[in-house]
Amino acid sequence: MERVDHATGHAELRLGGRLGFADLEAFWRELKRLVRHRPGKGVVVINLAGVQEADGGAVALLLRLRAQLMAQGVGCEIVGATGSVQTILELYEARTAEGGPGRRKRHGLLDRTGRMVADMLHEGRNALGFLGDFVLSLLGILRRPSTANWSDLLPQMERAGADGLPIVLLINFLVGLVMGFQGAVQLKQFGANIFVADLVGLSVCRELGPLMTAIIVCGRSGASFAAELGTMAVNEEIDALRTMGFDPQRFLVYPRALGLVLVLPLLTLLADVIALTGGLIVGITGLDLTVSAYLARTRHALGGVDVFSGVVKSLVFGLVIALISCQQGLSASGGAQGVGRRTTSSVVATLFALILVDAAFTVVMNIFHI
Amino acid sequence: MGWGDVVLQHKASFQVERGDIFVILGGSGCGKSTMLRHLIGLEEPMSGKITIAGVGAPRLEVSRPRFGVMFQSGALLGSMTVGENVSLTLREWTRLPGDAIDAIVQAKLRLVGLGGFENHTPAEISGGMKKRAAIARAMVLEPELLFLDEPSAGLDPVTAVELDDLILTLNQGLGVTVVMVTHELASIFKIATTCIMLDKDSKSIIARGQPLELRERTDDPRVYAFFNRVPGGNPGGSMQLSPGGAGGLLPTKGDGVGAPSPGNPEG
Repeated sequence: MERVDHATGHAELRLGGRLGFADLEAFWRELKRLVRHRPGKGVVVINLAGVQEADGGAVALLLRLRAQLMAQGVGCEIVGATGSVQTILELYEARTAEGGPGRRKRHGLLDRTGRMVADMLHEGRNALGFLGDFVLSLLGILRRPSTANWSDLLPQMERAGADGLPIVLLINFLVGLVMGFQGAVQLKQFGANIFVADLVGLSVCRELGPLMTAIIVCGRSGASFAAELGTMAVNEEIDALRTMGFDPQRFLVYPRALGLVLVLPLLTLLADVIALTGGLIVGITGLDLTVSAYLARTRHALGGVDVFSGVVKSLVFGLVIALISCQQGLSASGGAQGVGRRTTSSVVATLFALILVDAAFTVVMNIFHI
Repeated sequence: MGWGDVVLQHKASFQVERGDIFVILGGSGCGKSTMLRHLIGLEEPMSGKITIAGVGAPRLEVSRPRFGVMFQSGALLGSMTVGENVSLTLREWTRLPGDAIDAIVQAKLRLVGLGGFENHTPAEISGGMKKRAAIARAMVLEPELLFLDEPSAGLDPVTAVELDDLILTLNQGLGVTVVMVTHELASIFKIATTCIMLDKDSKSIIARGQPLELRERTDDPRVYAFFNRVPGGNPGGSMQLSPGGAGGLLPTKGDGVGAPSPGNPEG
């Protein structure tokens, strides 16, 4: 490849040999180097007379170079192609002339903000519509219980409950342990070792037990609901169900929602017990408390209402997790990427909602001195 | 008729006669599958109405389905076996005892050549088998009307022919009216009694009638190009057969319609 500058002002690039895909990178670099100095006047002529063979990639680069030069006001011609090089050049040239829809324009900041707000409103409307459908379906099920998909309830409970139990127990045990240690360090300074039982008992049963359990279930079951229903949606399985006369709410959402609402309180109760055990272990190993003293103090500190409020919270948490993840899953579109996006947003939205609901519970319980 | 805010077809008025194998065809992106989604009630038309057997637009999820639908991918529920998929509507919409349901499911699966696959999951069977299982599922409530979305797309020629034969059997043997979307020419010529062709650019139905007749007698270059498998049916397309048909493709620069057919290109 060489450049010859003619007296007329034209620059001629003489190309030769085989222009193959393997050497494209060097070819492109060399091409750009050769045209770095624009001819004073006249045009750049790319002469392909010496080229015996060229593939599509090389021809695409030549055409791009010509377009770039012409866009900069420098004339450019590709000449001398013969045989198969001529054929492939014409083939690509013809396609270049086709307009097509054109590249999508990049939107400005204001435009993108507007679109984002419109999307959020659309999402909000969808979520409200889903909630409305859920309530309508509930009324339908209450009228005719046989229309719900009861056969899916137990498998869903097993998947969310029994299968998730080990991780729920392990994490809550560690939470109890950590709470115990943190409390012990502070309380030891005041000689108030025994009050570690109050600290662990109350914080676990009222707050941490239900919340940690819900977060774990959100990560396990919520993400699984969104991914499963999302995959069904993009595979047209939801559409197929609808054409067979099935309401996706009754068939898919209710077994999952009811399953979580039933399972989460049970998991929460077990989580409370195991977290208290964690606190107990810290109490007897690190604070020289006896088992009976620790348990007696816990019994004294914990009222039935503390445990009960946690259980009620977990019922609501279960419903929130199921509704958000099912809604997100059923809204999936656009293949694997759409499913991934919906799964992520279902987990993020659920975690946010769980914290909101928890805060709301705390405020309400404070108001009513519960 | 449209998708989101995009209008795909302005005037799409047609009627399917009882006993027909009615094919909706057209190039990619012209709205064939969207048309089918409108017909089966998954989308609402932007204006106008759809009636099936004199009854208004199908209302899904509230009553026993009046027709069967086979989706392009089969859309079998992955969490259930093939047998459970086929029996789903029977369990929902009839009070048949379990053994009767089993008998019907087995018979339907044998009808589509899938006897013995009741306990396989959709993941364990091939694409063609999934489509046949989906037809069995669509047929299980004995509908008089079947909607099929590209039944032979992506199948090998032998399986595609078997599927065509199955559709013919259902139509001729059981009197089922079939509305299908496809662009498999062999399948269209073999089984379709009537067809309509949608066009993306003019957003309208550009041909209707019997496929063989359309192939021979159309004066619309786009229809001619489609039925005779010659390039250039799309305005803006730029390929045409080399003169004399000596093989190889010669590019042309303009937007001329390359089909060697009578008449002037439209649109």
